[in-house]
Amino acid sequence: MNGFWSVFKRELKGYFATPVASVFLVIFLFFSGYLPFRDGFFEIRQAEMRLFFANLPLLFIFMVPSAAMRLWAEERKTGSIELLLTLPITVSQAVLGKFFAAWAFLGIALLMTFPIPVAVYYLGQPDTGLIITGYLGSFLLAGSFLAIGSFFSALTKNQVISFILSVVACGILVYAGMPTTVNYLSSILPAGAVQIVESLSIQSHLDSVLKGVIEFKDMAYFVILIVAWIGACAVILEERKAA
Amino acid sequence: MIDVQHLRRSFGPVVAVDDISFKVQKGDVLGFLGPNGAGKSTAMKMLACFLAPDSGTATLCGHDILKDPLGVRRSIGYLAENAPAYNEMTVGGFLNFVCDARSIAGDARRKALDKVVPLCSIESVYHQTMETLSKGYRRRVGLAQALIHDPQILILDEPTDGLDPNQKHDVRKLITGMAKEKCILISTHILEEVEMICNRTIIIARGKILTDSTPQELIQKHHCSLDEVFRKITSTKKSA
Repeated sequence: MNGFWSVFKRELKGYFATPVASVFLVIFLFFSGYLPFRDGFFEIRQAEMRLFFANLPLLFIFMVPSAAMRLWAEERKTGSIELLLTLPITVSQAVLGKFFAAWAFLGIALLMTFPIPVAVYYLGQPDTGLIITGYLGSFLLAGSFLAIGSFFSALTKNQVISFILSVVACGILVYAGMPTTVNYLSSILPAGAVQIVESLSIQSHLDSVLKGVIEFKDMAYFVILIVAWIGACAVILEERKAA
Repeated sequence: MIDVQHLRRSFGPVVAVDDISFKVQKGDVLGFLGPNGAGKSTAMKMLACFLAPDSGTATLCGHDILKDPLGVRRSIGYLAENAPAYNEMTVGGFLNFVCDARSIAGDARRKALDKVVPLCSIESVYHQTMETLSKGYRRRVGLAQALIHDPQILILDEPTDGLDPNQKHDVRKLITGMAKEKCILISTHILEEVEMICNRTIIIARGKILTDSTPQELIQKHHCSLDEVFRKITSTKKSA
């Protein structure tokens, strides 16, 4: 367990030791605040955060890979992976330590959007349950993208390549479930195939969580997504660490 | 304490380490010599459980590198070739991280740091970040990291590379000072260094062990300096 905690602590501190954290937080907080207002956060005259959460997937497609790209690519490029994995730390401890540190960092970023719920509570009586599930869904979404990002980060030594590949992978997962994509797919694919694509995409699972419905199948979807990508990351790393 | 048996590793068609076996006892300082690309670093990486061998195995302090890699890592100190470290961390933060990973806490940590920091003379850079350090200081921090848990076995890949003559002297003194109660494996290109600090030397080229003896024996046998012995052994074998 010591291996996990030492990596976790070092990584989380690492975000704040470099300008990564401040740049990331400023950009993220600006856009996560700007986008709902652009869509009429006040004009709809409803005390709710639907518009805020609806914009997060789009923002996460770019922001999460940028937080994830350095996880392993940097470590392999500078050779510090040789130090890390000759300490008494196993590959899985290191992978999990880094993943949870980055996830905690994104959690901190989400918590720092607190002025929005504060404003909503000041202006009316919002549904607290919806806000909680909204944050939960967004946090799970961030975790899923992060798992994808850490996989691609382990795949290459180049941070730019890892960033682009994870943006594309996250984008596919989100856009596969958008109504426009589904409409288009149903014109060329049989109905069964369209449904498979739709249920594999993040959108449908996220929507029900954002609506306040917490179902086993949606939670299982996120958990499986995270576990599978993180597992793949550990396998890749075990194979390529010295290359 | 180190028992290497038929270790072999290839990268694609290139055989980096080809069936090497040797033993090192407590009190030995073994110098690992060889031209560039001879397989010294690969062999050391396998002993430090960073690379898995294709076949063969090794036992360090009773831990097998295949069956108990964590046990091996706990009982050795390893300094990799370019003394890798985390650039954004301060020297102190970095050493504390290594203590975390090695479960050295509380009083034991304070004692370990109090001992190892002056030993490697890095007090003056303790609060500096790693990226601002010169090559020599970086390597000494790497050395401090390898010594912090007072390991029985030390594996040092070119520990004096990039140091100035004074620093080289200090590191050599440090190694000879520890030699009695530890088992040390160092790789180097510098032959005087081998004469000075090693009581055994293995010359390796193209993955194979060519000689395993003491520096003095080699000099007596070939009636010339270690430098020439090295050239004789590694180049005749190459053309053959």
